[in-house]
Amino acid sequence: MKLGKQSWRFENSPVISSAGTSAGPFEAQGPLATDFDVLYDELWLGETSFEKAQQMLFETACNQAMEKGQLTEEDIDFILAGDLSNQMTSTNFGCRSFTLPYIGVFGACSTSMEALALGAFLVNGGGAQHVLAGTTSHNAAVEKIFRYPTEYGSQKPPTAQWTATAGGAAIVSAQGNGPLITHATIGRVIDEGLTDPFNMGAAMAPAAVDTLKAHVNDTGSDLTQYDLVVTGDLGRVGRPLALELLKEEGIDIQPQQFVDTGILMYSEQQNVRAGGSGCGCAAAVTFGHLLKRLENGEWNRIFVIATGALLSPISYQQHETIPCIAHGVVIERGGKQS
Amino acid sequence: MSQNNKTHYQQLSSQMEPKRPLLINCFNAFWIGGLICVVGQCLQWFFIHYFDFNEQTAGDPTVAVLIILAILLTGLGVYDKFAQFAGAGTAVPVTGFANAMSSAAIEHRTEGFVLGVGGNMFKLAGSVIVYGTVAAFVIALIRTLLAQGGIAP
Repeated sequence: MKLGKQSWRFENSPVISSAGTSAGPFEAQGPLATDFDVLYDELWLGETSFEKAQQMLFETACNQAMEKGQLTEEDIDFILAGDLSNQMTSTNFGCRSFTLPYIGVFGACSTSMEALALGAFLVNGGGAQHVLAGTTSHNAAVEKIFRYPTEYGSQKPPTAQWTATAGGAAIVSAQGNGPLITHATIGRVIDEGLTDPFNMGAAMAPAAVDTLKAHVNDTGSDLTQYDLVVTGDLGRVGRPLALELLKEEGIDIQPQQFVDTGILMYSEQQNVRAGGSGCGCAAAVTFGHLLKRLENGEWNRIFVIATGALLSPISYQQHETIPCIAHGVVIERGGKQS
Repeated sequence: MSQNNKTHYQQLSSQMEPKRPLLINCFNAFWIGGLICVVGQCLQWFFIHYFDFNEQTAGDPTVAVLIILAILLTGLGVYDKFAQFAGAGTAVPVTGFANAMSSAAIEHRTEGFVLGVGGNMFKLAGSVIVYGTVAAFVIALIRTLLAQGGIAP
């Protein structure tokens, strides 16, 4: 059921019946390594290009999700997925190996929650029994498109974020055991006129706040009802800005309740400057780390908002500002048996 | 969102932005750039003393050695980490130019030797060559005119 202008309430409570994650060698050195299903010990993942490695991360996450949920391709109705590569080749090519109807979604780094929200909508309305929603990013494949060559010696400012090498996929089912998806809020494109591609956190913070505000207005819920409000990935620069904007908007939230997947992914010693980023960061941290802790009973209700910067290298060179978007999904501990 | 709010947010974000450590960056760039030049100087002396080079001709093998070293370090994945610390110190000397070309070549290797490596090698270094040539032309023109006017020798 639609609530307000931008939100849905899923009265049939679709279930995240299973989830799979994959991560690269640098992420394997991070604090969340044990939460990921498959860890690779080298950046090429045994492939001949970083683009193929990115595809492999996606396929691995999807296969893990199906395996853990004891489901086969026969059971899945649709795949909803996307990535940051030009023409989303990694996801498109990855879906070549799955004989499943596929809907490509692009929301830059907000893709994980965009796919999850749409998957929940499909399942809630009876359009599918099982939907696979996932995304991926590979540090070297993404940096190649958006920034300089990976081995080029440019000095990155403290506001820069590190593209995570990770993939995450979740299976949204009409029945089953697992966390429930109760609400979703679809974001608007927000552009506050920022232009620095080495400061994505600051560019994306207003989009996250806009979606949070819409969620509060649409659902009438109060953010203090959530054990955790998670953004992905505002990083160390965007997070305090979002908190400041929320204060200005008069939306009540405790700083300890407001976490970010880009900050959770890496340790201080890993020196990723402002934190992690990339589609795979929010996906792997949410579907690996957060879901596990939710199922363990550490939290009951979390609101995950994935944020994306909708720029391209061309738009940046043409001096365009950076439009951003954020999509949020409410996940609750629970489950139901068929 | 209104223009007013935009300006407000732009101000807020620049206020809360972690400042770039400009002084430390300049200091590191200065001593590491200087150190690279000292290495170059040592190489030049080496070529003059142990080989048949004079002060004019020793520049060529010196630059070649520095370029090879920079490319080797780029290939080993060390140069970019070093550059994060050194900044302009590793970018300004000839090593920076070598790194710009070799990193682009490595990056596009999977796209083949012709369209990948050949086509992208000058992606970053190309503008250095274009504007270096244009600047050299303008300076030469000025010098020629000054010489014609009897102002410069």
